[in-house]
Amino acid sequence: MTSPAGERKELPIRRDDDVVRVRQLVRSYAQQAKLSLVDQTKLVTATSELARNTLTYGGGGVADVEIVADTRRRGVRASFIDEGPGIADVELAFTDGWTSGKGLGLGLSGARRLVDEFNLTTEVGRGTTVTVTKWGR
Amino acid sequence: MTNPTQGDQLADLLRGDADELIRRWVGLAASSLRGRMTEAELDRELREFFAVLVDALSTGSRDIKDDAYADARVLLEELSRTRARLGFSPSETAVGVFALKRAVFELIERRGNDGFREVIALSSLLDDLGLWTFEFYSRTREEIITEQSEQLLELTTPVVKLWDGVLAVPLVGTLDSARTQVVMEKLLEALVESGAEQAIIDITGVLAVDTQVAQHLLKTVMAARLMGAECTISGIRPQIAQTIVGLGIEFGDITTKASLADALLHALRRAGVDVVRRRNQAV
Ligand SMILES: Nc1ncnc2c1ncn2[C@@H]1O[C@H](COP(=O)(O)OP(=O)(O)O)[C@@H](O)[C@H]1O
Ligand SMILES: [Mg+2]
Repeated sequence: MTSPAGERKELPIRRDDDVVRVRQLVRSYAQQAKLSLVDQTKLVTATSELARNTLTYGGGGVADVEIVADTRRRGVRASFIDEGPGIADVELAFTDGWTSGKGLGLGLSGARRLVDEFNLTTEVGRGTTVTVTKWGR
Repeated sequence: MTNPTQGDQLADLLRGDADELIRRWVGLAASSLRGRMTEAELDRELREFFAVLVDALSTGSRDIKDDAYADARVLLEELSRTRARLGFSPSETAVGVFALKRAVFELIERRGNDGFREVIALSSLLDDLGLWTFEFYSRTREEIITEQSEQLLELTTPVVKLWDGVLAVPLVGTLDSARTQVVMEKLLEALVESGAEQAIIDITGVLAVDTQVAQHLLKTVMAARLMGAECTISGIRPQIAQTIVGLGIEFGDITTKASLADALLHALRRAGVDVVRRRNQAV
């Protein structure tokens, strides 16, 4: 459940200040993984969007954040998991400016532009999981 | 639920009636939840804890500091942290552990059997585990208090008067939407009170601007405009500028300046103040 190096952590997303906590964790991992300041800021912002969606639309859930590595580089991966209503029309949800609430409708599409890898799985009535990865250069 | 590998009596006792015990345990512990957690979450949590506890007991050890109890301790630490964050009191937290005692006592009583020696051992063990939750609970409380005071500090962000008719609000740190909204409301109020027509929102100290924070900024600028005031956003650092562009946020015709000084100069000009270098000053 907790890995020794503190390189992976799961945080609940139930309240407003949990979003801040997720953001702080992502920033600290991004620094450990030696991401540039620009990449850190992009990743932190993307995860802020996704955590906020988990809270607002997914009815809460968890964030699973870890430092990852391949042969050449390190990076940070973060998953946002909820068991909320799911997204009926994914294409619509990715449309710049479209919101079912009162947002700017740029969270999903914007987050996808800010990271290196983006994966969304969703099922109506079951929930939504979004996983993003940002690699160091 | 049989596990033939170990012959520990206490472990066997718990394992033999696991489902019944857990159900009763959850029932007892649920009375202190008061809607802060669902019973299903509690069930999942206690079931997991029950399994690692029985595993630990089956090693024969009765000392919670033993390696055998490492998983049990970690689970309890997690549980205590979650409870502290959800606003449970320390006794409400420990009751979750102690309630298992009652479930076991009831079972023994009903069965009229002779497991008493085991039960006394279990009883003091669960007392120890209950106390363990206290320790981690109070640690988390301390963390929460520190966090809250940091957040309070950020809330005290002042609206300052830089010049006659020019207000500024420097934003610092991690901006969440609640905090941004408070600061923005304070700015609008200050504009009304002072009759200032120029406002500067300086975000030099801000770590990240997401769409929600941007939305608050945009709304504030629009509201200020309706009140006859002009807002300038200053101090957008390169990494934030790139991120804003990446998100696709458009600041439209809102004036932005690299630094607070540039923004002040701009505001002064708009306010009709000429800033000129003295003629006799060396160039
Ligand atoms: N986790 C989620 N569960 C259900 N719906 C979601 C989730 N995340 C996003 N959505 C849907 O996608 C839409 C677009 O999301 P986003 O681009 O972040 O914009 P906004 O948050 O401003 O609405 C949301 O309005 C919502 O309808
Ligand atoms: Mg969003």
